[in-house]
Amino acid sequence: MSAAGILLSVKDLSFSYGPGQPPALSSVSLDIAAGTVTALLGPNGSGKTTLLNLILGWLSPARGRVEVAGKPLDAHTRRELSRTIGLVPQDEHVTFELDVLEYVLLGRAPYLDFLETPGDEDRRKAALALEAVGLSALADRSIAALSGGERQLVILARALAQEPAILLLDEPMSHLDIANTRRILEVLADMKKNGKTILFTTHDPNLAAAADIAVLLKGGRVLADGPSASTLNERNLKSTYGVGVKVVMLDGHPVILTRA
Amino acid sequence: MRSSRGRSRRLWLIGGLVLLCLAGSVMLGRYPKPYVTPLSAIRDNPLAVNLILHLRLPRIAAAFLIGMVLSAAGAVFQMIFRNPLVDSGFLGVSQGAAFGAALAIVFLGGTAWAVQGSAAVFAMAGLAASYFLARRIRLGDWILRLVLAGIAVSALYSAATGSIKYMADPTRQLPDITFWMLGGLWGITWKDVLQILPVIVPCLIVLFLLRWRLNLLSLRDETAFSLGVRPGRERLVLLVAAVIATAAAVSKAGQIAWVGLIVPHIARRVVGSDAQRALPASILLGGVFVLVCDDLARIALSGEIPLGILTSFFGTVLFLVLLLRRKLGVRT
Repeated sequence: MSAAGILLSVKDLSFSYGPGQPPALSSVSLDIAAGTVTALLGPNGSGKTTLLNLILGWLSPARGRVEVAGKPLDAHTRRELSRTIGLVPQDEHVTFELDVLEYVLLGRAPYLDFLETPGDEDRRKAALALEAVGLSALADRSIAALSGGERQLVILARALAQEPAILLLDEPMSHLDIANTRRILEVLADMKKNGKTILFTTHDPNLAAAADIAVLLKGGRVLADGPSASTLNERNLKSTYGVGVKVVMLDGHPVILTRA
Repeated sequence: MRSSRGRSRRLWLIGGLVLLCLAGSVMLGRYPKPYVTPLSAIRDNPLAVNLILHLRLPRIAAAFLIGMVLSAAGAVFQMIFRNPLVDSGFLGVSQGAAFGAALAIVFLGGTAWAVQGSAAVFAMAGLAASYFLARRIRLGDWILRLVLAGIAVSALYSAATGSIKYMADPTRQLPDITFWMLGGLWGITWKDVLQILPVIVPCLIVLFLLRWRLNLLSLRDETAFSLGVRPGRERLVLLVAAVIATAAAVSKAGQIAWVGLIVPHIARRVVGSDAQRALPASILLGGVFVLVCDDLARIALSGEIPLGILTSFFGTVLFLVLLLRRKLGVRT
């Protein structure tokens, strides 16, 4: 893979949540090519969400750096970054009952001046984002009235309205049933076709198997990374989770079964 | 009618209601006869005209301004703290302002600017204390913690105000301080209105201009940050504007409770939760709510009913109605 194709690069990143705290991440390095889907896989507390927050710039590393499009994060303006990286948090606590379209419109903030309010063009782009996740019919519905799956798709639409090149998703499917999980994966596949670079965290190896690249994290360190079909093997998964698993290949994709 | 056009139309209807209430209030009073002032009095009775121009009008203006401020501040606090159960009376802001005002009356000579300035400083300190206390409390969720911290700070301020009352000159200073505790607008003149106007109007303009950003600030901080927002800095701008305006209002009217808590909820029921409409609706409906309460305060009985008592009464009743009908329009 040529360095030219690398959109997001994490170099020797270390972080801890306070003096005396154990490191949440230790010397993590990753190169993520444009237009790929990468899964950050690891058990709870392995540092996945911390890594996303460092890439976002919300947390500052103790050592190392994040580069976007070949430039360190702090060489970009906040506005540039907010137009480049979108975040889909694990859940969005919306205290007040915004309508779905009003919520998706918040994704247009990076394109508005401090005192500006969204205009027709922003409304059009928000409607397109909602269409991309297949929920145009719910535009006028209160966000509080949505099911878990719809809600996650609406949060994704809000990030898409941001028109980012890179999408970070934190456990996007952890609360969802099989049908909704599949729907999110389909939307992510569409996003990939549209040239987006996607990085999502998960603790489920079978979801990581849907990505092009899998990065296995444990205790804040990268245990293995590479194409998901070869990286998600029995040896790597055992050292990540500490339990034996069986991996069978189905249509060229690994399927992970827990061994009784 | 959930469409945004329908809701915008409701905002215009609220504007109409404002004009109606303002005009109606001019015609309500106890002179020359109780309740409605006949048009003939305005034509023939110079004393009635004088009274309307120099007593009734400044009072209407003050009631409306103060209602706008308290309600706007309530809406801002609720969204910024992602907490539907707070307003300036629950965050140590109103009590801080009352303490600052009492302090200025007793120890700083009691000039209008000293009272307003001291009210603003202690209101800000009250908010900061509530916020930082809430972050350290280890009980319950964020909504509960902030309410608990606010109650504690408010109680501390009330105790401190009590001590100042104890030290105050009972003939000159004590009546002034007692007035703050009850809340009311009797004796308001154009001079009072002009003293708070240059503070309140710029603050309301700042809040109005930043209204859409309130939606962004009600998201989780990481999400807001990913959208290019600087959550800490933007919150501070909005809070400072809300607190300064509240302190100015409280320094003239005393403790007018419940407006900031209840009116934003009503506004959200009418025009939806998007702050782009909910904030202007809160501002206008807050003005109407306090104006109507103050009309009642001055005409219902031959003597004056303290305004704070009326806003508390109607505010609590409305709050209970919304609560029992599960119409608060929030997720907790």
